Amino acid sequence: MKFGVVVFPGSNCDQDCFQVIDKVIKQPVEYIWHKNIKLDSFDCLVLPGGFSYGDYLRTGAIARFSPIMSAVIDFADRGGLVIGICNGFQILLEAGLLPGAMLRNKNLHFICKYVELKVENTDTPFTARYKKGQIVRIPIAHNEGNYFIDEAGLKELKKNNQIIFRYHKENPNGALDDIAGIVNKKGNVLGMMPHPERSSEMELGSTDGRLVFESIVDRLKK
Amino acid sequence: MFTAEVKITLKKVVADPQGQTIKHALESLGYKNLKEVRIGKLVNLKLEAKDQAEAEVKVKEMCQKLLANPIIEEFSYNLQ
Repeated sequence: MKFGVVVFPGSNCDQDCFQVIDKVIKQPVEYIWHKNIKLDSFDCLVLPGGFSYGDYLRTGAIARFSPIMSAVIDFADRGGLVIGICNGFQILLEAGLLPGAMLRNKNLHFICKYVELKVENTDTPFTARYKKGQIVRIPIAHNEGNYFIDEAGLKELKKNNQIIFRYHKENPNGALDDIAGIVNKKGNVLGMMPHPERSSEMELGSTDGRLVFESIVDRLKK
Repeated sequence: MFTAEVKITLKKVVADPQGQTIKHALESLGYKNLKEVRIGKLVNLKLEAKDQAEAEVKVKEMCQKLLANPIIEEFSYNLQ
């Protein structure tokens, strides 16, 4: 089993993800520079948060054309597990691996704080360790987390149980239908705005995010 | 050499909080008859092409591929 953490110019949560996989859940992990296109040896790819290409034009819009992205699309098409966190989620949206798009937060503020999420679907490789309906504390840190999709798209997401995390009680950014995280139709690609890697060790105030990584490990061991 | 001025704006169905904030600011300056303010992006391009038609094909392609996200944005351009 091997995890790969993709590093784009401007990624800044890559080391946090690496640390959690290496030191907390103790699994093999390597950094993958965005110009690398050989992904054969990996079982799960993490697209970390940050400001790839300075968020120029739109978040994720330029990283989406990095050389590695066509390999990531092939990897996902073959059923490989891909998780995009924050900017990683934005890149997956721009790449079309997940439906919808991100708008600026409704209040136009960069928001960095712990939020409560409701786990809506535990029948995925990323959330099997949670209980359905569980309320978890995981922090957000973004300027563009206001998820948008058209009416037909939202219907489709609901029909296929693709909404995985919803903001609980308070919607911080204006995201449509309180959406904080979704999977693709096949269920092997997850995008989420909150940062599970920042809530995997008690020193940081919560270990609720660790279950995302542990769920992935369970799945890969099967 | 052709020059293209590409305008990218949020679709009408997408809320534009920046535009709304600017509208409030203009209203507080005394401009009371404002119906709407929307903000967008302007991209100026210079490109080589053998004729206007080829330049237009290229500009349109660039808009569709990268400059605008069709889920939330629409674009228009002025090519000369």
